[in-house]
Amino acid sequence: MSMAPLDTNGASTPGATDAFVQVVKATKRFGPTTVFENIDLIVGRGKVSCIIGPSGAGKSTLLRCVNALERLSAGRIYVGGDLIGFKEQGDQLYELTDKQAAFQRSKIGMVFQRFNLFPHMTVLENIVEAPVRVLRQDKAEVLERARALLVRVGLSDREKSYPAHLSGGQQQRVAIARALALQPQLMLFDEPTSALDPELCGEVLDVMKQLAHHGITMVVVTHEMGFARDVADEVVFMDGGAIVERGTPIDVLEHPAEERTRKFLGSVLGRAPS
Amino acid sequence: MKDIETDSYSESPQDLRRVVPLFGAGLTRAFQRRRKAAPESSADDEWAIKARPVPRPGRWIATVVVGLLIAMLVHGLITNGTFGWGVVRHYFFTSLVLSGVRLTVILTVVSMAAGIAIGIVVAVMRMSPNPLMSNASRLYVWFFRGTPLLVQLIFWYNIGALYPKISVGVPFGPSFTSFSANHVLTSLVAALVGLSLNEGAYMAEIIRSGIIAVDVGQIEAARSLGMRHRLLLRRIVLPQAMRVVIPPTGNQVITMLKTTSLCSVLAIAELLYSVELIYQRNFETIPLLIVASLWYLLMTTVLSVGQYYLERHFGRGHVTMLTLNLQHRR
Repeated sequence: MSMAPLDTNGASTPGATDAFVQVVKATKRFGPTTVFENIDLIVGRGKVSCIIGPSGAGKSTLLRCVNALERLSAGRIYVGGDLIGFKEQGDQLYELTDKQAAFQRSKIGMVFQRFNLFPHMTVLENIVEAPVRVLRQDKAEVLERARALLVRVGLSDREKSYPAHLSGGQQQRVAIARALALQPQLMLFDEPTSALDPELCGEVLDVMKQLAHHGITMVVVTHEMGFARDVADEVVFMDGGAIVERGTPIDVLEHPAEERTRKFLGSVLGRAPS
Repeated sequence: MKDIETDSYSESPQDLRRVVPLFGAGLTRAFQRRRKAAPESSADDEWAIKARPVPRPGRWIATVVVGLLIAMLVHGLITNGTFGWGVVRHYFFTSLVLSGVRLTVILTVVSMAAGIAIGIVVAVMRMSPNPLMSNASRLYVWFFRGTPLLVQLIFWYNIGALYPKISVGVPFGPSFTSFSANHVLTSLVAALVGLSLNEGAYMAEIIRSGIIAVDVGQIEAARSLGMRHRLLLRRIVLPQAMRVVIPPTGNQVITMLKTTSLCSVLAIAELLYSVELIYQRNFETIPLLIVASLWYLLMTTVLSVGQYYLERHFGRGHVTMLTLNLQHRR
C-alpha cells in the first residue's frame, strides 16, 4: 500500500511515515456555519485515536468526512494513502464515481450511535449482506466468517433473531460484526455507546477493546473517558470546530494543558476543574 | 399478593362465558385456576382482585338494536322475490359473465403492474435533486390526480381525434414509422393506458410516503458498507418502504378492481358491461347486478387474503401494533 504523499506539510509530525489516516487542513461548512476548520490529524497504522469534546464540536462530522458520508469543504483526507472522495491527477481533482466511492467506503468500517441495523434482515443476513452483494465474495465463506464474528462479539446464539428482538447492546455488537465482515483496515466509531443504558455500555466497550488489541486502526468519537484512558494511543480534544489539545491519554485526561480541556473533563467526570 | 386473577371477573358482554355458560374452554380454565388456588392460604384470597366491573347497559342496547337490523335484512333477502336468486344462480357461471370476470382481472393486473412501475419511477424522480425531474414528477401527479378518471378514459379512447398519426423517430427530426392512432389505440389499449397513467399518479405518492418513512440512518449504514445507489434502493430502501406501502396499495388494487367497471363506457366487455349486455336483453336488472356484485366481492376477498400474507412477509422483524387497544390489557 502506498504511503500518503509527503508534500502534505501541515500534517507531517514524527511517525507520519506510518500514518494510516491523514487529515490535512480539513474544513467543513454547512452553508454559512462552519463545523470545523483547518483540522490536521494523523492516526498511525494499528493505533487507536479517541476524539472527545462537547457536542457541537464537529467530532461526528469529521468522522463522517473520513468515510465520505459528508464531503469536505476544503482540505484532504487520506486513508491508507488513498485520497477520500476524489482522484488526484496532477493538480486536478476528479470526483469519484458512485462505484469508486462505494468501493472506497467498503474498506472503512463504521459503527453508528443508533446502530442502524437493517430491521428487515436477521442478524446473520445483516452481516452477510455487504460482503456478498458489494464485494461479491463466496456466500459459504462469508457465512463461516460471519458466524466466527458472532462468536467474537458473543452473540452466536442470536443469528436468526431480528434486530428488534435484541437489546441495544446486542444490536451494537451486531453492528460491529457487520462492519468487520468487510474486513476493513480502519474502523470508525461514532459515539457507539451514547444510545445505550449504562449497564449495556460495558459489553460494547469490551468488544471494542478486544478489537483494539487485534491491531486494527480505530478512530473513536466517544464520551467514555474510561475507554479512552485504557485503550487510546492518542486522545484528541475538539471544541468549537478545532483541535484544542492532543496527546497520550495520561497527558490529555490527567494533566490537560488547556483550560477548555480541563473545564470539559471536569463537567464530564463530575468533578471540579483542578 | 402473589396471584392477581385478571380473568376471573370479566367486564363486558363481549365475554359471553359468564352469561351463557356453554363455552367449555374458558370455563375449564377458570375451574382449574380455582382448584389450584384452593389450597393456598386465606391471606392470598384476601388480596385477590375481585372487583365488580363497571356496568355497561349501552353495550347491551346496541347489541339488541344491531341484532334486530340484521334479522330484518336477512328476512328481506329471503322473502323478497324481486331479488331473483334463481336468476342469479342461473347466470353466475355463464360464459359471458366468466369472460367478463377474466377481462376485469386482466385490466386490474396489467394496469396495477404498470401503475406501480410508473409510480416507482415518478416517486424516485420526485426525490431527485434535479429540479426539472422533481417538477416534472409533480406536474404528472397534479394532472392525473386532478382530472376525473372517466374523463381520462374517454380522452384516451378519442385520442385519434387529437393525434391521428403516431410516429416513431427522432424528436423534432425524421420519423421511422408511423401508425394510425385509431388502429393502435383500440378501446382495450385506451382503457389500459388510461387506468395505468391514473394509477401511476396515486402509486407515486404512496411509494414516496414509503421511501420517506425509511430512516436516514439506514441509508447511511448501507452507504458506509459500500452499497451503490441501485443496490441500496433495491435491498435496503424499497423492502422497508414496502411495509408502509402495502396497506394503501392493497386498497388501490381493490379500488382498481371496481374502477375497471368504468371501462364499460368504452364498450369493453369486462364484468359490469357483460352483465349489462345480458340484462338489456332479459330485463333481469337486479339479479344480474347481484351477479356482478357477488363476483366483485369474491375477488376482493381473495385480494384481502393475499394482502394479509404480503403484509406479514414485509412486516418481518418489526414489532407492530396489530390491534388498537388503548385500554389496559385484559
